[in-house]
Amino acid sequence: MKLTKEEIEHIAKLAYLDLPEEKKGLFKDQLTEILDFVEKLSSAKTENTLPLDSVVGIKNVFREDSVKPSLSQEEALKNSTSKHKGYFKVKAIFKK
Amino acid sequence: MSELNKLSLKEAISGIKEKKFSPKELFSDTIFRIKEVEGKLSSFITVNEGVEPAFVPPTAGLRRGEGRQDKHPLYGIPMAVKDVLSTKGIRTTASSKILEDYVPVYDATVVSRLKEAGAIIIGKTNCDAFAFGASTENSGYGSTKNPWDQNRVPGGSSGGSAAAVAADECIFSLGTDTGGSIRQPASFCSVTGLKPTYGSCSRFGLLAMASSFDCPGPIGKSVEDCEIVFNLMKGRDEKDGTSVDLGKVGEKGKKRKGGKTTIGIPKEFFTDAVDPEVRKSVLDSADLLSNNGYEIIDVSLPNTEYAIAVYYILVPSEISSNMARYTEVRFGKDRSFFEDEVERRIMIGTYALSTGYFDQYYNKASKARALIQKDYLNVFEKADLILSPVSPTTAFKLNEKTQDPLQMYLADILTVSANLAGIPGLALPCGFSSSGLPIGMQILGPHFSEDILFETGKKYQQITNWHLKKPNI
Repeated sequence: MKLTKEEIEHIAKLAYLDLPEEKKGLFKDQLTEILDFVEKLSSAKTENTLPLDSVVGIKNVFREDSVKPSLSQEEALKNSTSKHKGYFKVKAIFKK
Repeated sequence: MSELNKLSLKEAISGIKEKKFSPKELFSDTIFRIKEVEGKLSSFITVNEGVEPAFVPPTAGLRRGEGRQDKHPLYGIPMAVKDVLSTKGIRTTASSKILEDYVPVYDATVVSRLKEAGAIIIGKTNCDAFAFGASTENSGYGSTKNPWDQNRVPGGSSGGSAAAVAADECIFSLGTDTGGSIRQPASFCSVTGLKPTYGSCSRFGLLAMASSFDCPGPIGKSVEDCEIVFNLMKGRDEKDGTSVDLGKVGEKGKKRKGGKTTIGIPKEFFTDAVDPEVRKSVLDSADLLSNNGYEIIDVSLPNTEYAIAVYYILVPSEISSNMARYTEVRFGKDRSFFEDEVERRIMIGTYALSTGYFDQYYNKASKARALIQKDYLNVFEKADLILSPVSPTTAFKLNEKTQDPLQMYLADILTVSANLAGIPGLALPCGFSSSGLPIGMQILGPHFSEDILFETGKKYQQITNWHLKKPNI
């Protein structure tokens, strides 16, 4: 399994990473090597096995849906450099 | 110079209780030591020098005549906290440049529980950025050095937390273990560390790496010290839906017949890939335990060969999802500040989860994870515990593996399967190589068997003194 530069660019786009050219080449080789290594998994006998999702077997954790003390608006915004009138400011997703 | 920083947690607690010294004296000795050795080790990213021990912990709830230590068993004890655990008002970088200026507005639950118990945060320790690594070399703030040999890595990712305990820069520390990140640095630095059962310690406030693997846990100067800390940090937390009270869920392992504990030696953990000196130290320890009332048997974990592959599919997958929150909106800088290894793992995970590859990678690995857990459960039908080396080698040299990510991943080969299975593991010193480097062993047990791990570890430390040896620095 050899990754191409185009695939690296596609993955980076999905991951919202802006990679410089030299890193695309480096990651292409390193990721190829890592994916080659994990290929060995194809010989694991998993036909009759279900995926393991909870290692200690807990499921359905419920609680009352009640109001509790929480961070103030000021605290919640404290580490943001992107805010406007007490709100987080994000980039527009839809075009006008 | 009284060097109170050299005390174990147990000794420090009783010294304060008996008024042999004050928390303030303990604190200043520890700060003095940090200033003395930090230039050589770089265990810390932030040292919390400005804290005033006299005002910590909260004493408002105390009635007259009631000792502070009755309500606050860690009253005045300096602890070091890995920089992936949120600390209110103290910068928390996750050792990544993307969070260089991040100051959390709340504490991680395990931190707030220990603060409530009276512990004082003396500093935040260095680690691989977001805990991705096995050497602390992936830190955005430079590598920590091994106190036993400063040309070598302290292990990782909790390298700073292990080095700080080994060099007496704190009384105990907190680390996190996603694939060996408490046990392996503990082993490389000759200190004791516990990776708890998944879910026994809350992950709230831990900057997430891989949510179905991450476990906060203690690193200390003895098994006894780790037990004290673990008992104060464990337990259900409403803010972490996967946290549980010990003993309420899960299997308990085999009932021990007539008080004799059985220890399994898995042949897959003692292959030729393990350094002969490491192998010998661990097998000598098995002999020693055998001479002291333990029964040693051979066992097998046949799916061990798949552990690294499973781990390096599932963990990057969870990472790619967890790292999506760093978008410069709520906190942190823009994504160009991620370190190389962070980008690399996001890329692997994104690929494994992308359209057309999900079944081949993620789903297949989740099924193989079940096989690995089943191996352990089968062994625990016959044995109470498992004994193995922590790492196939002693501490490697700085820069030895940084150019080859896959070689770095393979360093985790003996630790990741406990995280895949969610079981607890206790790492403790068991010898030194001919070149004077520490060797560690790990005792693994069934889910929620921490009490048996502590009992066995304490017994071992009664009959050996490896844990008392200190580096000359």
